[in-house]
Amino acid sequence: MPESKITVEKLNLWFGENHVLKDVSFSIPPNAVTAIMGPSGCGKSTLLRTVNRMNDLILGTRVTGDIRIDGQSIFADTTDVIDLRKRVGMVFQKPNPFPKSILENVAFGPRIHRMGNHADIQQRVEQALRHANLWDEVKDRLHDNAFSLSGGQQQRLCTARCLSVEPEIVLLDEPASALDPHSTARLEELIRQLKQDYTVVIVTHNMQQAARVSDWCAFLMLGELVEFGRTENIFTKPKDRRTEDFLTGKFG
Amino acid sequence: MRLRKVADRAVRGVFLANAILSAVVLLGILAFLLFYGVRTFSGTPLLKFLFGTVWNPDAYGEPSYGLLPLLLGSFASTAIALLIAIPLGIASAVFISERLKGWVRVTVKTLVELFAGFPSVVIGFFGLVVLAPLIARIFNVPSGLNLLNAGLLLGLMSLPTIISVADDALRVVPHSYREAAYALGATPWTTATRIVLPAARSGILAAVMLGFGRAVGETMAVLMVAGNAALMPKSLFDPIRTITSTIAIELGESAFGDTHFYSLFALGFVLFLLALATNLIAESLIKREKRSFTL
Repeated sequence: MPESKITVEKLNLWFGENHVLKDVSFSIPPNAVTAIMGPSGCGKSTLLRTVNRMNDLILGTRVTGDIRIDGQSIFADTTDVIDLRKRVGMVFQKPNPFPKSILENVAFGPRIHRMGNHADIQQRVEQALRHANLWDEVKDRLHDNAFSLSGGQQQRLCTARCLSVEPEIVLLDEPASALDPHSTARLEELIRQLKQDYTVVIVTHNMQQAARVSDWCAFLMLGELVEFGRTENIFTKPKDRRTEDFLTGKFG
Repeated sequence: MRLRKVADRAVRGVFLANAILSAVVLLGILAFLLFYGVRTFSGTPLLKFLFGTVWNPDAYGEPSYGLLPLLLGSFASTAIALLIAIPLGIASAVFISERLKGWVRVTVKTLVELFAGFPSVVIGFFGLVVLAPLIARIFNVPSGLNLLNAGLLLGLMSLPTIISVADDALRVVPHSYREAAYALGATPWTTATRIVLPAARSGILAAVMLGFGRAVGETMAVLMVAGNAALMPKSLFDPIRTITSTIAIELGESAFGDTHFYSLFALGFVLFLLALATNLIAESLIKREKRSFTL
């Protein structure tokens, strides 16, 4: 087992009567890309959204077990969910920029967390946009509406917005599912860069994508963790029959 | 095939006829107002009507038809109403749409909408019996039938309209905006004020305009509590008379064909212009909003 940034331990999650995650345990290493893959409805997005407690917003959610970040439980009374979400950023399935300018989109996070004065925030915006490989494309049109960007650019803008508050962990929930192949390639390049500074967790149902971008890979099925390991091991010599069937296209 | 074409044409004809009918009826009312209204000015000059500060059609010898006290009455009471109803209404809408969930939300929303359809006489009665003595006592004034009472009551009446329409506007803001804000560590309050409200601007504006329409057009409740002296109001505790109340009060006592009679139609036309102006302003604001949105 690698050094651990995020430790998932015997995690169970219910939406009402629906048992979505069953006894999931594994460790996500720092400064690496970990992919969570599996067929539709296996609970991979739910697992991801538990890490920054986005599922809190859904009525009737019940959790047992634990998730720890740097050894600190995210469900502990002492954990402030605002602080948690600042440390754990998220990029969503469909690009969801705010109906504001490009600048305002990225400045929103630093502003609400009061991360410095006007000049500091401008600086942060530039830095985040550079980090997300978007700066050169938008530097002359920062005041344009974010919706004027292409889908791929919007997704990188959302990534920049997420990076703007200096998270430690970046969660990506099928970030390329609404993008064309070219935009997907650019986003994947970005994801591989991100691991230098962040712990990256990506959910995908696309196994080629998982193979391309990830160092570690978790395979989830019907809410159960089937297998977790180095991506190259999972893809070349899967231990579990179900993983092999998924990878060879028997289902999914 | 032929039959379908004929049916298609028939349906189109029915819809067209309906559209034309409603347009004709509306234009007819407008023409009627204008037609009767202009005859006022054979009895009193237009400028005296527009800028006169005395409304006293029953004066012995020389009656005066000054619009200003009535216009001011309508404006002042509406202004007070909106001063109360806009902040309170938007705040309530935010609370209902962002904080309430499940059956509680449905119940509250239904109650609000129920209140929007409350008969205005009943609300007027409440103002007369409850609010008026209260105002008289608290502010130590001889009568509680005044501008303040009218404004408060109108505010109360436009509140449910504003809440309901603003809540609808907030509800259609995509959930993904809220998720994005929460994921950045925004509090529900920050998300509501900095993301959801701005995104719902045009709908909120529509809510405010509808509230304005409700306040300016209200007749019965305001007639019951405003004191109805057609004077230029100088303080919150002066009685006022609105345009709508004037028409309601005086139409019965004026003689057909009299300048007084026609002047009430002129008032109606002013009311129409007022409504038209607010609608045009609202529409242009919304349009500008949309433009900047797609820019």
